[in-house]
Amino acid sequence: MTPSTATDTHRYRPARARLRDEPGGSTYPGARRPDRFRTVDSDGLALAVWEWGEPDAPPLMLAHGGFDFAGTYDRFAPLLVDAGWRVVSWDQRGHGDSEHADLYSWEADRRDAMAVLDSISQDPIPLVGHSKGGALLLALADAVPHRVSHLVNLDGLPSSRSWPDVPEHNRTQMRRSELAEWLDHRRAAATKVRRPGTAAELAERRGRMNPRLDPAWLEYLVGIGAYEQPDGWRWKIDASMRMGGFGPWRPQWSMDLLPSMGMPVLCVLGLDIELMGWGTLPEDVLAKLPPTGTFVPLEGVGHFVHIEQPDLVAGHVLEFLS
Amino acid sequence: MTTPTVTLRHVHTTLALHQLSPAPAGAAARRPLLLLHGLGEQTPAQPLELTATWPGEVWGLDFTGHGQSSVPRGGGYTAETLMADVDVALSYLIPAGDDHRVCVVGRGLGGYVALLISGARPELVSGVVILDGPGLAGGGPAPHSTSVTRTRLSASDSGPATSTPDPYALLELSRDVRPGDYAVTYARQAVEFSGLDHPITVAARSRPPWLEEVVDTPGVVEGTLEAALRAYSS
Repeated sequence: MTPSTATDTHRYRPARARLRDEPGGSTYPGARRPDRFRTVDSDGLALAVWEWGEPDAPPLMLAHGGFDFAGTYDRFAPLLVDAGWRVVSWDQRGHGDSEHADLYSWEADRRDAMAVLDSISQDPIPLVGHSKGGALLLALADAVPHRVSHLVNLDGLPSSRSWPDVPEHNRTQMRRSELAEWLDHRRAAATKVRRPGTAAELAERRGRMNPRLDPAWLEYLVGIGAYEQPDGWRWKIDASMRMGGFGPWRPQWSMDLLPSMGMPVLCVLGLDIELMGWGTLPEDVLAKLPPTGTFVPLEGVGHFVHIEQPDLVAGHVLEFLS
Repeated sequence: MTTPTVTLRHVHTTLALHQLSPAPAGAAARRPLLLLHGLGEQTPAQPLELTATWPGEVWGLDFTGHGQSSVPRGGGYTAETLMADVDVALSYLIPAGDDHRVCVVGRGLGGYVALLISGARPELVSGVVILDGPGLAGGGPAPHSTSVTRTRLSASDSGPATSTPDPYALLELSRDVRPGDYAVTYARQAVEFSGLDHPITVAARSRPPWLEEVVDTPGVVEGTLEAALRAYSS
């Protein structure tokens, strides 16, 4: 049976964010744009892949969190590059400069991650992931342990305490109103576009979910993760994506993969609980830490450990990888 | 006989909703019946024989990646997005301002999705029948070991799937986790909010773990499709 053809009007793609040697864009102290850009074809979907560092340096792969994009590593990645690594990250489907997908799921994200990994190296390399990206790489390491030399998880270990920031994956309370509101959103999302605003307004909106982060940093991110039209700036992320969600998956099932890991594992946990965090406590992690695991709890640090304390966290990661 | 087909938009997907038979002449009120096919199937060209006595119009929906609905690039299927496929069909079958409801009959995967929509839209669904069919079990009640499978493994395979059923639908919806307590959540909401004494009828003889638990939920009954349609049409 030949299917009908979906129209492509929703796939308007603005110009991609700039590279390090390209003009324009915002700046932030210590932040450095990637050196190279390429795309990876994940079964018809074009994923935006970003690289920092020398092309022949040993590679590692970085995965961003939900509703973020690779550019949120502009402060952290250069610290690894300056220690001799080639750092490769990608915008997850629907995020940043990657194409908006028809469907989104945990399994599809995992397959996209595999496509990016295949484009980097067939040899085992270190994987580093924050938040949703950390949980994603934990599952990838479970599926293809022979491709992973080290696993670094930055505040990305969901527990039964977890708060849902991953669409259609974590459970809400399954109230009737939550189910109906999600379906209402799906009914309306075909024609939904993100609300325009000034760059400062977009930064301010993002700040409501990231209250601990420097407003200047958030405004810097607008220049990468948003685009400008005559009526204002809009975040590039697919407007059909939505915070929260529900599904049969229990967050702690991701954490349940941790004890089986055979490669060296570093788990960094911010101890200050906040909105976008997952509420995981040290005892949740320690109970599941594998024999190859190292646990680093950070006092006075929130969910975005690598943005709040880039030098401290990079130091832990580099020591672990050395 | 050619059946009228309506094209509906579900976010980035185009869905085909087929009318299999019109309402019988002289029908007093609208009473649509919606058929949901199983995994890898599509809406049949003719209505099921047993639905021939249904006192209203009979429709069938092709799920995303199936039949004449569009094929997404790079997969990403969940039962929940298929539930939203059905909700888009309900928004067409129940125009704003109308207060009639829709009876939903699903085979296999379609039976599981019918259960989900009965709990999520109890005010729009008046009776659900779960039949045997492909994809009834899904991946079982708990996670299996993780795997990553890409259907296009070599560069010589060009382009994503353009025909249905989409291999990613077959791959992902045959192993999605279906815990019994999750399924029961929907059954409980259907029982509590549908206003029907028995909003869910299980006619399937296969009983994967999620369905065993649903059958044991107060308000869910076992019975034949024929008896269920008689009850839901009265």
